[in-house]
Amino acid sequence: MSTYLGMPSVHPMPAHTPDEPLRWGPSFPAAAHDTLRDPQLRANLRKATHTIRDKRLAVTAELPDWEDLRDAGAGIKAGAMAALPELLEQLEASVQARGGHVHWARDAAEANRIVTGIVQETGAREVVKVKSMVTQEIGLNEHLAAAGIEATETDLAELIVQLAGDMPSHILVPAIHRNRDQIREIFDARMGDAPDGLTSDPPALAAAARAHLRARFLRAQVAVSGANFAIAQTGTVGVVESEGNGRMCLTLPCTLVTVMGIEKVLPRFEDLEVFLQLLPRSSTGERMNPYTSTWTGVTPGDGPQEFHLVLLDNGRTRALADEIGRTALHCIRCSACLNVCPVYERTGGHAYGSVYPGPIGAILTPQLLGIGVTGGLDPHDPAASLPFASSLCGACYDACPVKIDIPTALVHLRDRAQHPLGRRPRPSGWAVGLGLVALSMRSGRAFRWAGRTVPVLSRVLPRRVRRLPFPGSLWTASRDLPPLPRQTFRDWWSAR
Amino acid sequence: MRIALFTTCLVDAVFPQAAQATVLLLERLGHEVDVPAGQACCGQMHVNSGYQKQALPIVRNHVRTFAPVLDGEWDAVVGPSGSCVGATRHQQAMVARRTGDAQLAVLADAVAARTYELSELLVDVLGLSDVGAWFPHAVTYHPTCHSLRMLRVGDRPTRLLRAVADLELRDLPEADSCCGFGGTFALKNSETSGAMVADKVQNIASTGAPYVTAGDWSCLMNISGALDRQGTGVRALHLAEILASTHDDPWHPVTGRPDVAGARVRGGAR
Repeated sequence: MSTYLGMPSVHPMPAHTPDEPLRWGPSFPAAAHDTLRDPQLRANLRKATHTIRDKRLAVTAELPDWEDLRDAGAGIKAGAMAALPELLEQLEASVQARGGHVHWARDAAEANRIVTGIVQETGAREVVKVKSMVTQEIGLNEHLAAAGIEATETDLAELIVQLAGDMPSHILVPAIHRNRDQIREIFDARMGDAPDGLTSDPPALAAAARAHLRARFLRAQVAVSGANFAIAQTGTVGVVESEGNGRMCLTLPCTLVTVMGIEKVLPRFEDLEVFLQLLPRSSTGERMNPYTSTWTGVTPGDGPQEFHLVLLDNGRTRALADEIGRTALHCIRCSACLNVCPVYERTGGHAYGSVYPGPIGAILTPQLLGIGVTGGLDPHDPAASLPFASSLCGACYDACPVKIDIPTALVHLRDRAQHPLGRRPRPSGWAVGLGLVALSMRSGRAFRWAGRTVPVLSRVLPRRVRRLPFPGSLWTASRDLPPLPRQTFRDWWSAR
Repeated sequence: MRIALFTTCLVDAVFPQAAQATVLLLERLGHEVDVPAGQACCGQMHVNSGYQKQALPIVRNHVRTFAPVLDGEWDAVVGPSGSCVGATRHQQAMVARRTGDAQLAVLADAVAARTYELSELLVDVLGLSDVGAWFPHAVTYHPTCHSLRMLRVGDRPTRLLRAVADLELRDLPEADSCCGFGGTFALKNSETSGAMVADKVQNIASTGAPYVTAGDWSCLMNISGALDRQGTGVRALHLAEILASTHDDPWHPVTGRPDVAGARVRGGAR
């Protein structure tokens, strides 16, 4: 006999929809304090990241020229960033020449206004969406909803996140924080046409979503997408996906609106040869993704007859001005760095308080918000804690298909966070403490004396130290203090 | 060879046994070891915490102290720490350049090019894999992130360990995962760091080996602190401590170095 416990309710994660998708929630350590306590989340993440990690390693190891491909990808991206203004103007001209419209958006508000205006012009009250990070970044769905336009996410994981009222917690797998039982509950509670007796069997869940979405694909007049790349030379825009939902959105509606970050532009069509190898192998661990859709302006009688490309800056030119930080703009959103990150694996994506979580988010989000820049991110803003959310283990750098040196960028941005331009250096116990330590490390003589405090402590402290007052408690929370020596090495050496 | 020891600040003050073992090992192998008195720290802690300007005088002191290696004062510089040697190679010139001292940057790179992590020195420079050590215990090896991914020491440490007489090397599951130390990360993100080291400790304990070793006492400080806290009974020791241990002068569990003095006493009593 079983006891009926009633309909489980869906609790959005986080509990409230944030106003700013790029910056929400408390600082990283405070957010991690909560997420680390969720054993279900830890188990989901561990299983998912380890599975995808192994798949990626298998399909990258089999290519003899994988390292050459990474070098090529890094080189093409660096070249594109160096010529960004010219490439963007070339892209604009190419798209216009093929019958497309190009719009320039300085920030999220401008992009939202442009897209909403285009949709309103068509008279449509609903749009279907291809999974896109950039429209998450600007909070487009919420903006459209405020204008009375219903946006439906058609990527399965993105649909789960949307129905639950969640924020995405992974770049590629936004619902990675939900398991199949939770997904069944979300569909049951929030998807009006969910079949009765829906089980948590993955094929059953996928079939329910498929039926739900099919009706929307067929009646939608407008689609909104992001872009994995746009070719300046030809005006070709492309989306890479796995489920075919993107292909439906990109071909069935009359009007297509694509929002893309300006860093997605590539110079030549043949550059795709490199990225179409790097991206699927790094992101889903597949040799080739199931659907690659490309379109060039408008083709009469075939596909959308109205095409709008919205080029979004939203802090990107500011990041471009930073010699080290700009490498974050090379990112192709594969999420390999998230899957190998030991910090992400434990805290999950929501701890980063941004649509861009993980190692890449830790360097991208603060830059989009203007970390260390005059008039930019407040040094006390929770997002300023992101560059510190890493043990600098370097697994992300090894995994990155375009060789973004994330550890170096993190170290650089830490300095920017502590020393913002146009502001007094951030005063803190850390600054004072490290300043004092630095004084003792300027010469061997000073350090000899500083080092001797350790043997003194060894005589004062018990051999086993398990608990220290703050800030030592930060260490002793999960570790003992090491047994301290009776003599420094230096003094042993001198006495030898 | 004449080799300068880059002790590193943490080893000098807190884990002298690693430097002592390095000295005794290199001397046993027939080399002359010098410990330049002017050294203090490589600057890594300040750089990684976001204080590059404060790191500059520390970097300058380090580079000046070891610059004589360029004039033949020593044949090489060796440091018993992957992350500190990594800092000389990947951070010092950057700090100098950022603060506008181009000359120091060039010098830093030149000195770094002659600076080796212990396993690099033994395998690449001295051409050894068997250093004649004896350590009759089961050991598991944690590769440490900076040795693994910044210096790319590869299998050098395990080649050295496999050649140690009577040592049983046990594979560590998820060996390449970070232990969660990360310098000030362990304090600033204490709870995340704690979650990482908890998994590392579990993996170490699963091997059943009574000893865990690595080429870096900073990571080992984190790992051993958590091993002790959880009462696993597993002991952490530096790679140098194992390699310095021989039949005649075995590793001493209290001093952490070969029991040279004890051996002498025993010899005298004979």
